[in-house]
Amino acid sequence: MIPSAFDYRRASSVEEALSLLQSTEDAKFVAGGHSLLPLMKMRFASPGMLIDIRSIQELQSIRRDGNRVVIGALCTHRHIANDETIVQALPALAEAAGRVGDLQVRNRGTIGGNLAHADPASDLPALALLYGATIHAEGPDGPEDYPVEEFFLGPMTTALRPTQLLRSVSFPVPDRGSEVYEKFAHPASGYAVVGVAAWVATDAGGIIQDIRVALNGVGYCAYRATSVEQALFGREATEELLEKASHLATEEVEVLEDVFASENYRRHVAAVFTRRAIRRALDKATR
Amino acid sequence: MSDAVISASGRTPVRMEVNGVAETVYVEPRWLLSDVLRHQLGLTGTHVGCEQGVCGVCTVLLDGVLVRSCLLFAVQVDGHRVTTIEGVTPDEGLSPIQASFQRHHGLQCGFCTPAMVLTAEALLRTHPNPSEADIRDAFSGNICRCTGYQFIVDAIRGCSEEER
Ligand SMILES: Cc1cc2nc3c(=O)[nH]c(=O)nc-3n(C[C@H](O)[C@H](O)[C@H](O)COP(=O)(O)OP(=O)(O)OC[C@H]3O[C@@H](n4cnc5c(N)ncnc54)[C@H](O)[C@@H]3O)c2cc1C
Ligand code: FES
Ligand code: FES
Repeated sequence: MIPSAFDYRRASSVEEALSLLQSTEDAKFVAGGHSLLPLMKMRFASPGMLIDIRSIQELQSIRRDGNRVVIGALCTHRHIANDETIVQALPALAEAAGRVGDLQVRNRGTIGGNLAHADPASDLPALALLYGATIHAEGPDGPEDYPVEEFFLGPMTTALRPTQLLRSVSFPVPDRGSEVYEKFAHPASGYAVVGVAAWVATDAGGIIQDIRVALNGVGYCAYRATSVEQALFGREATEELLEKASHLATEEVEVLEDVFASENYRRHVAAVFTRRAIRRALDKATR
Repeated sequence: MSDAVISASGRTPVRMEVNGVAETVYVEPRWLLSDVLRHQLGLTGTHVGCEQGVCGVCTVLLDGVLVRSCLLFAVQVDGHRVTTIEGVTPDEGLSPIQASFQRHHGLQCGFCTPAMVLTAEALLRTHPNPSEADIRDAFSGNICRCTGYQFIVDAIRGCSEEER
């Protein structure tokens, strides 16, 4: 499978990448290429020029900045999964990055490409929602920040403008509670059939003080399961209540259906994995 | 490679170190690394199956890191180091990992084997004594239609325990 012809250029800085993008019609960035190349081979995408941003050094670092962790767009899933700062501060993100596809995919795929591409079956969008991340973009009119709640608009659709580069993502570090990511992976591709990120903070008596639940793979884009959160907020998560609340996981969305998982099946798995994720988060030692 | 635009139709030189040898190949931007290895350099040990990143048979090492060569354009690896199955095979006989695959019946048709062996190379470098879970995780990107995987797991364990 050979994609249609394109020009190729390597950019060595953000400025260069942006000026190439503005001066070329029909150009696209390539980072890890693990979402773009399959599309190009199927000819669902036929860019006239590929701007390779992979070697831009300034987009490859992870740093702690006060109570946030800032992750450069070109950090690979493997880098994120193994980075000590992330493992400590954002354990569910490390867990999710470590479960993306397989080793080869994690070695090449980047967080910037993952969020910009916004595949409904990707793993990282729910983590961005869980932590309330901010996406930092840069374009011809300068920098622009997107709160994650305004970023994912639909399948493969985000608020990022075609003239912008995703520079980094910053995650606020929760000061209490604990969080996990539970995933039911497609057995061949590794993509999420259902992925559930959950963060819970309880008081000494086990009453839920705060909770966030976000899902991948289930709807047309990652979403917060606010009905589940509301059902558990301010209450003690008995098995019975948890079971009931988990069934609200698909309340607010149109559930996807494909050859591997019917709508009903996916709905069921979403409830089971929501319950497991919240239970494991509750059982985990809190920060 | 210069910073100039490499145009779609023209061929451009790409310089890479393949199995320790400096190579220059002339490619169109849309040519995949997997095809260039096979057709330009004659390294047919790198196999091509699904061509969309799922089966893993096209796996090679890029700067020592396991990647799929069907999801990389050759122009992207200009200036980098590629290792294929030919690069880890001794001139005579078999490498310890290859010998262990033979001993444990870790292959049948052999189609997935080059990628499996390279994956084992990469795994054993970082995990000299991998657990079964480590092995299964490391191999989750490589599909085998013949062995049922157990003999491959046995080959890796056998090799890590006995040989090195
Ligand atoms: C077999 C297989 C299994 C996979 N399994 C999973 C999985 O389980 N979970 C998961 O989450 N993902 C999975 N993926 C996808 C993988 O994580 C991708 O690498 C990732 O989604 C995209 O990152 P990339 O760096 O490869 O982006 P690319 O493919 O290079 O780019 C994707 C898109 O984003 C744009 N883009 C990239 N970077 C930027 C940027 N900095 N600014 C603006 N636009 C940008 C590109 O122009 C392109 O349109 C899988 C992929 C494969 C091939
Ligand atoms: S041929 Fe590359 S993964 Fe199947
Ligand atoms: S030995 Fe035949 S595919 Fe693995």
